Amino acid sequence: MFGRIKSALVSQERIVLVTAVILFCVFSLFLKGFLSAANLLTLVRSVSVLGVLGVAMAIVVIGRGVDLAIVATYAMSAAWTLRLATQGVAIGPALLLGLALAVAVGLINGLLIAFAEIPALFATLGMAAFVYGFVRFALVPLVVVYMPANAASISWIGGGFVAGVPTPILLFALVAFLGHAFLAFTKAGRFIYAMGDNFAAARNSGAPVRGLIVLQYALSAAIAYVAGIITATAVSSVNTNVVNSSLIYDVILVVVLGGIGLSGGRGGIRNVLVGTLLIGILLNGMTIMNIQYTLQNVIRSLILLSAIVLDSLVNPRDEQTEQQGDI
Amino acid sequence: MRMGRIAATLGLALSLTGAAAYATAAGIDDPRRADYFKDFAGKTIAFVPVTMGIDLTEGWAAVMKQQADRLHMKLEIRDPHFSADAGAQAITSLISEKPDVLVVHNPDVNSYARLLKRAEAAGIHVIQINMRSNYNSDVYVGADWIGIGEAEANAVLEKCGPGTSQKVAILQGQPTSGSDSGMMKGADNVFSKHPEIKVVANLAGEWDATKAQSIISTVIQQNPDLCGVVGFWDVMDLGAAAAIKQSGKPIVLVTSGGGEQMACDNVAKGVFYKEIAYQVMNQGRDINDMIATVLETGLPAGKLKAVIYSPQLVISKESLHPGLCWSAAALKK
Repeated sequence: MFGRIKSALVSQERIVLVTAVILFCVFSLFLKGFLSAANLLTLVRSVSVLGVLGVAMAIVVIGRGVDLAIVATYAMSAAWTLRLATQGVAIGPALLLGLALAVAVGLINGLLIAFAEIPALFATLGMAAFVYGFVRFALVPLVVVYMPANAASISWIGGGFVAGVPTPILLFALVAFLGHAFLAFTKAGRFIYAMGDNFAAARNSGAPVRGLIVLQYALSAAIAYVAGIITATAVSSVNTNVVNSSLIYDVILVVVLGGIGLSGGRGGIRNVLVGTLLIGILLNGMTIMNIQYTLQNVIRSLILLSAIVLDSLVNPRDEQTEQQGDI
Repeated sequence: MRMGRIAATLGLALSLTGAAAYATAAGIDDPRRADYFKDFAGKTIAFVPVTMGIDLTEGWAAVMKQQADRLHMKLEIRDPHFSADAGAQAITSLISEKPDVLVVHNPDVNSYARLLKRAEAAGIHVIQINMRSNYNSDVYVGADWIGIGEAEANAVLEKCGPGTSQKVAILQGQPTSGSDSGMMKGADNVFSKHPEIKVVANLAGEWDATKAQSIISTVIQQNPDLCGVVGFWDVMDLGAAAAIKQSGKPIVLVTSGGGEQMACDNVAKGVFYKEIAYQVMNQGRDINDMIATVLETGLPAGKLKAVIYSPQLVISKESLHPGLCWSAAALKK
């Protein structure tokens, strides 16, 4: 018990938070314009989609799963929505159909994992490839889909402001709040923690584990769709090639970096916020310093690696993780 | 006697006219025609784009397909889907399959250079399209990137003269690509003659609108008085346009691209001040002509060394008219 408390003081979340604060202070001191309110809004806006995807991933990871199909769902369901609108479908039905596609993907993921008992890693990896391939083949023939004129009524989602704050930030805050409320205060949310902590014990004590797994993946897919629509409306297009980018690793990164262990049962939405902010501060600072994108990747991965190494030094793996193993 | 002469002349004239009339009725055969069709029938054209599914490659492929169908040639498309590795594998296997012509769209100047040399050594004609490699093969068909870079820089200069901040940001795609290195050189050519222009940022958005948005919005925060952005590809520059729109500032955005309908729409809306375009349909026609040339001349692979730069089309509010742009969506139907 005391060990837990002591470890919490130097938890990974703390380490990452401290790293973020240090970077923030250094950038504020040395980079002109970094600390301005407008730049801080830009900073958070540039990572708010990543944060929303992080919330979706966190809900799954806390239940000891992983959803590698999240980015495919995010891009392809939003792309299909824009494609439908381009073909003349009114924007309302187009949005609903896109959401239905995303939720269907999540449900299939959940069913495969809960009932066919396929490991989440393989089920969602396969699903990611299938969703991308199927949508490109049957629904969206082009790599980049533009937002048509008849979809202009939803452009506020990614491009609007409320009281000077960009809407993506507000949506990120809303999704984070709802995600937190779900995990912390609902019965299903508490069961997800129980499931992640000890699956067998949760099942034996009567938690409806199969249903919960399906719910988790359906939720993560639906949240991914929200992120997709934010991106689509923010840049007036969807680049489906993002499925083949490193975005999925970034999503896992903000979750793990913030301190939600891949072994499940620990952490919360707060950890996602911390991880997302660190990435945001890094990206923003490096762009201000005019560092080339490829070098940015190197610096980012080095800082992330050192945060993880530091964590494993101050928090040696305990008996429980040793037995359960990571993903 | 005199009457006899007249009659003879008349008779000759009549018979000539008759012969001519006969010839007209039968038509004259073009001796080269049969050979022309024989030169092409059964030939194989292989196309390795950076990816299918973008306006440029879909456009070229559609035009190539028309000619291949008309002349009974086979068009094979190997889609490496943005992966240089997959593209290199496709070319390697094509070298052993020996198509007659290999049309390549290079992801950068190095990845395929050696392979293209090997392909020509194996007797395959190599046509490089729009993005060249370091190896100069039979033909390069594509944009004159240095010229486009210069035109883009000049277009920004029009709006960022004295009285403005004269601060400009450059948004590259992928610095190692054949297109970016050229456009960068072109922009340098112009800006080096205008020391009053301050290039406050020069970053790469990896051809992705989302990255472009986050980069340009940060650049605008740092330089609230930014005057112009030189973007290297319209599809990516939509992200820069979103960042500019969200900043609410009158920042000039100049871009380049394939002159697809999206470009005309955005110029009409004032999102792009100008697009310096290479017309994809005409480039497709150029590729077709060069395919025909290498096959007809019978030159061994690697001998021709021709370059065809696509004429620049400046899409601006002034030049805009219906039909100026082409539609990728229409190709798909």
